[in-house]
Amino acid sequence: MEVRSMHFVSRVRQRLEDPELQRNLKRTRGRNAASRAAAVAAFPDFDAVRARATEIRASVLRDLDVWLERFEQKAIERGATVLWARDGDHACELIIDIARRHGVRTVVKSKSMVSEEAGLNAALEAAGIRPVETDLGEYILQINDNEPPSHIIMPVIHKSKEQVSELFARVHGTAPKTDIEALTHEARAVLRPEFLGADMGLSGGNFLVAETGSVAIVTNEGNGRLCTTLPRVHVALTGIEKVIPTLEDLATLLRILPRSATGQAITNYVSMLTGPKQAGDADGPEHMYFVLVDGGRADLLGSEFEAMLRCIRCGACMNHCPVYQTIGGHSYGWVYPGPMGSVLTPLYQGLDKAMDLPHAATLCNQCGVVCPVSIPLPDLMRTLREKQVERGLRPWSERIATKLWAWVAARPKLYALGTRVAVRYLRWLADGRDRIQVMGVAPGWTAERDFPAPAAKTFRELYAERRRGGGQ
Amino acid sequence: MVAPGSRGEVALFVTCLVDLMRPSVAFSALKLIEAAGYVAVVPEAQTCCGQPGYNSGDTAAARALACKFIAEFERFPYVVAPSGSCAGTVRTHYPDLFADEPAWRARAEALAAKTFELTQFLVDVAGVTEVPGDFNGSVTYHDSCSGLRELGVKQQPRALLDRMSGVKRIEMRECEDCCGFGGLFAVKYPDISGAIVQRKCEAIRGSGAYAVALGDLGCMMNIEGRLRRNGDELTQVIHIAELLAGDVGGQG
Repeated sequence: MEVRSMHFVSRVRQRLEDPELQRNLKRTRGRNAASRAAAVAAFPDFDAVRARATEIRASVLRDLDVWLERFEQKAIERGATVLWARDGDHACELIIDIARRHGVRTVVKSKSMVSEEAGLNAALEAAGIRPVETDLGEYILQINDNEPPSHIIMPVIHKSKEQVSELFARVHGTAPKTDIEALTHEARAVLRPEFLGADMGLSGGNFLVAETGSVAIVTNEGNGRLCTTLPRVHVALTGIEKVIPTLEDLATLLRILPRSATGQAITNYVSMLTGPKQAGDADGPEHMYFVLVDGGRADLLGSEFEAMLRCIRCGACMNHCPVYQTIGGHSYGWVYPGPMGSVLTPLYQGLDKAMDLPHAATLCNQCGVVCPVSIPLPDLMRTLREKQVERGLRPWSERIATKLWAWVAARPKLYALGTRVAVRYLRWLADGRDRIQVMGVAPGWTAERDFPAPAAKTFRELYAERRRGGGQ
Repeated sequence: MVAPGSRGEVALFVTCLVDLMRPSVAFSALKLIEAAGYVAVVPEAQTCCGQPGYNSGDTAAARALACKFIAEFERFPYVVAPSGSCAGTVRTHYPDLFADEPAWRARAEALAAKTFELTQFLVDVAGVTEVPGDFNGSVTYHDSCSGLRELGVKQQPRALLDRMSGVKRIEMRECEDCCGFGGLFAVKYPDISGAIVQRKCEAIRGSGAYAVALGDLGCMMNIEGRLRRNGDELTQVIHIAELLAGDVGGQG
């Protein structure tokens, strides 16, 4: 997907001024957070499982090459083909090759964020192959002129059912309906023949299990199973970091992923897919491929950002982020929104292409607290800010301001004088009132709120007076 | 009641925002520390803990101020700040600043272990159950992010408020949600920050409390500024130190 994160500020403004989006954000705000809180409260072992999940993900990253090799060997033993992609473009080439080799005209897709990274749909279309999204949310976005998702597990969370109704009526040529069940049935009726007619199914993967060479897929709709078992060819497209050692590890992670994401104890479907159809199997694809994408991940191994690779894509960070809840996922300008996206986008797409993202956070650490694999998201954003400063990417005014403040604050006498002058200046601006409504030095502040006027003298002055026996 | 001064020295970190904006908060903090039986000391050369530089990614600037801070405060048995975010910087981030300098790291860790947010110190260290202040009115408490999530300040201010006669404590909805201040965030992304603080103000108004108390100047200026911009001249925004010390009036 094309990265548009450099236009963050203007995109945010549009989103804040979009009354329909703001209504939709308000409607969903806090809903997933409340579900998660209830699920965690009802699960006394949560902290222990979280610690174990963190350790599983951290340990796999320490020896990622070993686990990937083991996974590859097991997957090959079970008859699958494992392909390695340098990046998204390379993944698209490999998948188009597979499609051509098998004479594929239509690909049914179950959700894969890596396919968004790769821009796979556009690449398939350009190669004359028709992609059909089959997750309800992704389907809605695809028929809405290929709109990008705004959340990693609820891609269409930014839309109301009225908007979906209008879209369905327009695209399907049916009577408008706002009953969600009726809308779902309508999408199902459109999609059912696609499942039956497709030559290839493409899925993402929540985890790759090294012990068995399987891909594990966690979904709430039945489409994932249809995509991976009905067509002749199944391609699982994931990032290389998704591997875990054993089925027991999978059991641990499955206890924490749905609870963190939607507050569910378990999702409606958990599928384990291991190799193509064997002799005697009633169903399953004839050919199974894994396309495992690097796309910047290997570079993070051993770096100060390695913890980010632990991410299991639950979306809890965005569900709890005050900024995400205010501006919506599209503002972030690339595949991954919210706090995890604010770290991933600069790492995968380049610091200079996502200057705002590591700063577009209050560092309130709600995200860090709820992350099921304990990724210190605020610390990683702060480290990205450091990298920007080191590379001289921040605006000069900002660089000078922090340097100047630190220089003054390192000199107590100068600091005392500076604060004394600042207080006088602010009092002059307040002009006898208890607040300042327009302030030139920080116009951003007074654009949104008053600036309470300071007391007449600094603490230092008053304290010195008190010690001399005067005042206070 | 413990005899004044009998429990030794406590260094007060005044914080740059308190120094500049609301000196009364520091005087209230001094009063509370002394009422708990300690000698409150104000190291004279103190300025800023370096958090603005740290959060902006200017590690060199943050490190320089951290060294200065450590040198000034490490000789005291306790360091107390009327701010969860400044105490949090010293406690949870100073050690990280010196990852590659073992000598400084050891000093940073030693200082971190004895640095506290004010109410945390009063309750967890000093064992205070009675405070000098009284206040007549309903109060809701806003949990500021650093105090809550870096230091675990949650029940301490509430325990103290509950012991004050005349105070009726009311919880607002989403009391743990960020107010949208975030230091420079409020200036860099004013429209996002404005939308977030607007929700906080609605939660405060929705609680029906006469006043909102909190432990950080940044949140205080942000919330008070927005309430006033919204035309709310009535809801008092009070630093917890001033409330506990009895330095602000209530509903009369």
